[in-house]
Amino acid sequence: MGKGSGQREVKPGDSLRAGIEGAPIEPGDRMSPGIQFEEPLIFERSRTGRRGFVLGQGDWDVDDVDPAAELGGGLFRDEPAELPEVSEPEVVRHFTRLSQWNYSIDAGFYPLGSCTMKYNPKINEATARMAGFAQLHPYMPDQWCQGALELLWRLERILCEVAGLPACSLQPAAGAQGELAGLMCIRAYHQSRGDTQRTRIIVPDSAHGTNPASAAFNGFSVVEVASNADGTLDPAAVEAVMDETVAGLMITNPNTLGIFEKEIEAICEVVHRGGGKVYMDGANMNAILGKARPGDFGIDVMHFNVHKTFSTPHGGGGPGGGPICVSDDLEPFLPVPRIERSEGEDGPVYRRDFDGHPQSVGKVKAFWGNFLVYVRAYTYLREYGSDLPGISERAVLNANYMRARLSDTYNVAYPGRCMHEVVFDDSSFRDFGVSTMDVAKRLIDFGFHPPTIYFPLNVDGALMVEPTETESLRAIDEFVEAMETIHAEAEHSPQLLEAAPQNAFRNRLDETTAARRPILTYRQLREER
Amino acid sequence: MRYIPHTEEEIATMLDAIGVESIDELFDSVPESLKEAAKAMDLPAPLGEIGLRSHLSELAGKNKVTRRDVTSMLGAGCYDHVVPEALNQLLLRAEFLTSYTPYQAEISQGTTKAIFEFQSMIAELVGMPIANASMYDGAHAAAEAALMAQRTFRRKPRKKVMVANNVHPEYRQVIETYLRSQEDAYGEFGTDPESGRFDLDDLRARIDDPEQVACVIFQTPNLLGVLEDPTELVAWAKEHKIVVVATFNEPHAFALARPPGDYGVDICAGEAMGLGIGQAFGGPALGVFAARKKQLRTMPGRLAGRTVDEKGREGYVLTLSTREQHIRRERATSNICTNQGLMALAAAIYLSLMGKQGFRELARLNMARARHALAQFEERGIGKRAYGAPFFNEFVLELPRPAREVIDACLEEDIIPGFDLGSVSDEWKNHLLVAATEMVDRKSIEATVDAVERALRG
Repeated sequence: MGKGSGQREVKPGDSLRAGIEGAPIEPGDRMSPGIQFEEPLIFERSRTGRRGFVLGQGDWDVDDVDPAAELGGGLFRDEPAELPEVSEPEVVRHFTRLSQWNYSIDAGFYPLGSCTMKYNPKINEATARMAGFAQLHPYMPDQWCQGALELLWRLERILCEVAGLPACSLQPAAGAQGELAGLMCIRAYHQSRGDTQRTRIIVPDSAHGTNPASAAFNGFSVVEVASNADGTLDPAAVEAVMDETVAGLMITNPNTLGIFEKEIEAICEVVHRGGGKVYMDGANMNAILGKARPGDFGIDVMHFNVHKTFSTPHGGGGPGGGPICVSDDLEPFLPVPRIERSEGEDGPVYRRDFDGHPQSVGKVKAFWGNFLVYVRAYTYLREYGSDLPGISERAVLNANYMRARLSDTYNVAYPGRCMHEVVFDDSSFRDFGVSTMDVAKRLIDFGFHPPTIYFPLNVDGALMVEPTETESLRAIDEFVEAMETIHAEAEHSPQLLEAAPQNAFRNRLDETTAARRPILTYRQLREER
Repeated sequence: MRYIPHTEEEIATMLDAIGVESIDELFDSVPESLKEAAKAMDLPAPLGEIGLRSHLSELAGKNKVTRRDVTSMLGAGCYDHVVPEALNQLLLRAEFLTSYTPYQAEISQGTTKAIFEFQSMIAELVGMPIANASMYDGAHAAAEAALMAQRTFRRKPRKKVMVANNVHPEYRQVIETYLRSQEDAYGEFGTDPESGRFDLDDLRARIDDPEQVACVIFQTPNLLGVLEDPTELVAWAKEHKIVVVATFNEPHAFALARPPGDYGVDICAGEAMGLGIGQAFGGPALGVFAARKKQLRTMPGRLAGRTVDEKGREGYVLTLSTREQHIRRERATSNICTNQGLMALAAAIYLSLMGKQGFRELARLNMARARHALAQFEERGIGKRAYGAPFFNEFVLELPRPAREVIDACLEEDIIPGFDLGSVSDEWKNHLLVAATEMVDRKSIEATVDAVERALRG
């Protein structure tokens, strides 16, 4: 995979600090050999007859049954599913060992741009595990889950305050599903007015991949518009493609370059004048909490990523939460049920309303959204409360400090100050024969999670750095030093980058073979062997 | 702000390095009018950890906890199963909890390997060759299955998606919502009133031209608790090249019942939150998605695959990502990005703990408890089983009165005897859907039967 194979004698901890100017640290300053075990697949630990769970005698308080007789020949499963047979300690050790192969926020700096990898407060895990939330059936009658409904209602109100929009649905399971639901609302709105010719959605070239995908999944065709030289969107560019076939525009603000769309109000105005609606991807809300409200600048519908902005843990890929907030125009179309509050004899009463919204787009998910994720987000939002703008202030401060310090060695893709994240291109190291991928992999040797790379697509070899507000000055300085060292290494000893990572549990993995001859299950693997 | 480390001095250092006087200056690109307007944001005063705990405890205290405060025989798509403590504690490992999607494989091998194990276990469980890394929930998985089925007909497009009306109502709603941008793509077919199974004759009768049908979706065990036998459906569908999708929300059934894959269905797309997640007021759930190898490149969602590193050591990566939105954008096989990663891990841990025997034994106890409950109801002449086909841990009791009234009377005693199928369809208004799992002991079953009996007499 790497280039420069003639110089592959790179070992963990190799560096060139001695005598090379501009290389302030070496991997060994931060990393030391840790405790990591090789561990087979859990299936390979299996021994016939071993158990990790047993029922007690007391559990058998009813007559046993003969499943084969009960189900009959056509329905009974003769061969049990090939699950592993392991004891509880083996399971615990297996997954503990696996966990030790993962980088995580709790272990280190995770400046993954656009993902807002902030610290995930521990108290959130405690509240989400309260029996009153965790042990609650989704079909409990309203009077038996008033606390849960109240939490959802209060969370909706807080999100509406932050969005500057009047109504909310917590149903979408993640940002992409929020996009889908939001676009459905836009479609339904146009259709309710007999305006059925609007089949196109405008998407800037810097957008997340989910934006065009969600539009296509909604049956819209996508019109891409290019950003200008400042990395922002021109109202004129939108005007040029805006017509009566456009249902709306999807925009991310601040955009994926970490820049606030200065002309956002004018852009929304252009779309509105043309009869369209504006969707905002809220992935970057961490930059503008209490500083600018989407509803105030003309957004009609937006989603939040609570697993980004509101600190719910990302869990190695999910679950997330992608609630949407909408304007009055779009409110009738929100997914059902809606959470409603009324005044009862003994105070407020909450209920799920399924029937009062005949124009609703329907349901996008079973039940009421990723509830326990929302318990965490609500806990977080109540902790910050009116201090919420302080989050964005520190996040933007950290990103600009990072930008100021790194711009001596790396080229900032677009000039000017940034918001919560900063994007560099590969022009400062491309000529050394190393790639953005190499820089990213070398960061691992220094004990950092790499930034987002090769995104946004309109920046060559992009490195997108988002420090978040929970990182200290020291953490950022250390990252900067590692980046400076890597830049010096790139110039003087590029093989260190090409061979990276050497300090990780694995070196670079062969993705080509993985895709060409996919092995996706243990059974397949056994057959291959 | 305990999660934000900066001291005033550090802030001054940073501002100095940036070359600005104040943090406010960093927000120069935001128009003044917007900053001014944003001041209207009205949020409650901050809470410390002590205040948070008491506020959240108060909210939690307004809910009735299953088994602690109330006796429940509710299932209907969300089943009360054991959550082993080892699983609970492993899920708190921060290396799993606070990591992102494993885009940097070298430092995410724990996640990618666990996904591989999850995919392997799900494929075994439902009897299919491959499974993906998860979907949002069962309803979403079923909707994505419908869209994937449509995609398989490239040259001669087919749109129609036919869903059995004994599929969970929320699943049917979600599938319909996902198909809403297409005209007339969604259709339903009926249930055989004797067996409770989907009615293949009705399906055939409702289809003018089978060559227009992209897929048929059924659920097993279905909404009425009945195990389907799709043998005939699969044979008929093959004749017409129709994709058959099985959905489900009680995967414990497949510990003892033949899984859908065994019958030759094309896609299994269902819900697995019962595998170690708990009821959680319905979410986070765990959508699972399994298919045949030939469909691999049209599948939605992430896939983890095995490979080797530069030194030849085994490793796991997200693979075939050219299907996905971050590469293919508007031509992606799905718009999904974030999935239910941690819940997939929970299921992998759960199935590892249960193991081959434990899982089967647990399922047998479910069957035994449900049969005990049914026998109690029938022996006392309270109601009779409404449908004849074999069931797993849930059954429909036909009552002499609307189920709604009976449930309401039982609620007075802090007992919820089941789910009111009348809320789904008028024809089922006397139908009470009753679930019994390993968590509902004999005493609870008998207390429920007593309460229903009193409700009917009263």
